[in-house]
Amino acid sequence: MRAAFVIAGKDLSQRIRDRSAILLGLVAPLGLAFIFSAIIPDTTASFDVSLAYVDQDGGEISSGFISGVLPDIEADELATVEPYTDLDTAMVDVESGTTHALYVFPDGFTDGVLAGDGGSVRLVGNVDHSISTQIADAILSGYLAEIDAVGISVDAAMRSGAQDPTALVAAAAQSPDAVVLVDTEAASRELDATTFFSAGMAVFFLFFTVQFGVSSLLEERFYGTLPRLLGAPISRWSILGGKATSSFILGLTSMVVLAVATTLLIGAEWGNPAGVAILMISGVLAAIGIMAVVAVVSKTPEQAANWQSIVAVLLGLLGGTFFPLSQAPPALAFFSKLTPHAWFLQGLGDLSAGDGLSVVVIPALAMLTFFVVTVAIAVLAGRGRVLAP
Amino acid sequence: MNVLECEGLVKAFDDLVAVDDVGFHIAAGETYGLLGPNGAGKTTSISMIAGILESDSGSVTVGGTEITTRTTEGKRQIGYVPQDIAIYPDLSARENLRFFGKLYGIPKARLDERIDEVLAVIGLTDRGDDRTEEYSGGMRRRLNIGIGLLHEPMLLILDEPTVGVDPQSRNSILEGVEELGRTGTAVLYTTHYMEEAERLCDRVAIIDGGKIRAEGTRRELVELVGQLDTINLGVVGSARRLAEALASVTELESVIATEGSVEILVEGASGLLPRVLEIAQQSDVGVSGVEVIEPNLESVFLHLTGKALRD
Ligand SMILES: Nc1ncnc2c1ncn2[C@@H]1O[C@H](COP(=O)(O)OP(=O)(O)OP(=O)(O)O)[C@@H](O)[C@H]1O
Ligand SMILES: [Mg+2]
Repeated sequence: MRAAFVIAGKDLSQRIRDRSAILLGLVAPLGLAFIFSAIIPDTTASFDVSLAYVDQDGGEISSGFISGVLPDIEADELATVEPYTDLDTAMVDVESGTTHALYVFPDGFTDGVLAGDGGSVRLVGNVDHSISTQIADAILSGYLAEIDAVGISVDAAMRSGAQDPTALVAAAAQSPDAVVLVDTEAASRELDATTFFSAGMAVFFLFFTVQFGVSSLLEERFYGTLPRLLGAPISRWSILGGKATSSFILGLTSMVVLAVATTLLIGAEWGNPAGVAILMISGVLAAIGIMAVVAVVSKTPEQAANWQSIVAVLLGLLGGTFFPLSQAPPALAFFSKLTPHAWFLQGLGDLSAGDGLSVVVIPALAMLTFFVVTVAIAVLAGRGRVLAP
Repeated sequence: MNVLECEGLVKAFDDLVAVDDVGFHIAAGETYGLLGPNGAGKTTSISMIAGILESDSGSVTVGGTEITTRTTEGKRQIGYVPQDIAIYPDLSARENLRFFGKLYGIPKARLDERIDEVLAVIGLTDRGDDRTEEYSGGMRRRLNIGIGLLHEPMLLILDEPTVGVDPQSRNSILEGVEELGRTGTAVLYTTHYMEEAERLCDRVAIIDGGKIRAEGTRRELVELVGQLDTINLGVVGSARRLAEALASVTELESVIATEGSVEILVEGASGLLPRVLEIAQQSDVGVSGVEVIEPNLESVFLHLTGKALRD
């Protein structure tokens, strides 16, 4: 244990002198996060929005929306609209992401509203398409606000004693919460652009930072110091432990410094510090495991460095660190779950929705699974070889 | 009491048996040499002795403690100086020493003092705070040795420490090793320089092809192969006449006359040389030069293995 810390301390002082760790761990991600968040103010601008509805009501208010509002939206190419007759089919499609947001007008909705009993439209959003859901919400709210205004003017007319066939509609206005929205599943689960790029760059470059720690074992062989470590009165595990410790400290330091710096400098909002810490620690461990596998299966330090860069870039792209996965094809969204990056960003997104600490449990467990599996692979693949003089 | 005892050490790399049944012992204050050419198995042997490389079979004890790759505490008794320079280029000599000192558990209070002592011994006091990548090859070699000395081991293993070193540094390294022997450290010294083995080592093992071919003091090894001294006389006049005159001296094993010189094989050349020169004078043959060649480890090696120590 003591020897592991002695080795880690030596490694860290070497890394501090070698500027490349600081460059890749802090300067590059901070710079890129800054640039991205400046040139891409909002990621919603050009997204496809696919809406759908199920009209079980068939009354005036629902059909006013379906045939009065939605066709205009579609004509303006703001969204595509898909009618469904079967609620179950529609729900399946929302869940899979084929449809981003679904309006459900329940049976008796119009009658209820007109009778002054109130009524509710369900808006069901896909978890990963919060922006589409927000747009759907805005469209519906705009329409319902208009109904409200109509109701108020009818009300006024009635008071003056005029007889109007729309008198029934006026009843809607009397109840201030005549129409309520329920069941908007997709509470905003996506990070704002600045936070997204800050976190994306942090986790992307984490893999490069950690690589320095992991590869320092190959460096010991290169310098010829590995035989000295093997000859020292320390256990062999403490050599590996030292490397893991320095990798962990490097990775975590770069993440923490980036989180603080992006918060202070460009206004990123990382969310609940405890949740962020859990996600960071599991993310750093996952990165160590993955980089250790690449180092162990490589024959030379150069080969390891090349493959580690390739793996870091590929996982980063697949994991959605450069663009949000929410609008990516479903297949990519699925495969992205094979990267710690995607879990890290998902955890941060859920955390930012303010759902409490429990939302980080699944992403953290997913990343820890990466750690356990990759460390097991590295140990098996490197047995009898990694610590040979 | 023996500081090091090893026996039956075997190591194969795939089909190649690099070390085949190597065993010996070294007493306190004794310097033991492993003399052999490139690829003889010297580094492989000492890697197993230092608990760096797993052996296929055999055993090693240092100071009575068994040494394997899993040993921790027992390795404190061993100082190991690798053949290839093994220092961190981005750290200073002082930082290199401090790191290894901590790994060997030298108490903090003692460590700084000890680092200064070692820097003085290896002549790097003035440059101790410079990064070692700025050092000359000789300075790096000296630091390489210094790290092995730092924790004052009872057994110091030096693997060809003078390779690529200028004559002056080399001499100071050899003097340092002699000094260690005097202070009671057991030294295991590998080399393919015959002169170093002869100068430093109390006993020498000749190793080739992974096997120890012979072992003993220089005298024992020379006697083992029954080598004689050679006297080469450069002559002015008839070499044959001189050879015939010398035939009467029974102590001479053989006398061969060639054009302008006479080669004599004898046990103990120095004792007989005056008589040989006297006979030359009596025979009226002028002597233009005298060369005495005593058998050395080089010739022992040649005799044992049929090949030269260096290619
Ligand atoms: N890791 C290894 N894998 C395969 N073969 C090896 C390995 N290490 C050593 N050998 C082989 O074992 C034999 C002995 O090598 P070793 O390094 O012990 O020789 P040496 O006596 O130290 O030589 P030198 O004077 O050149 O240092 C050589 O044939 C070498 O090629
Ligand atoms: Mg060698």
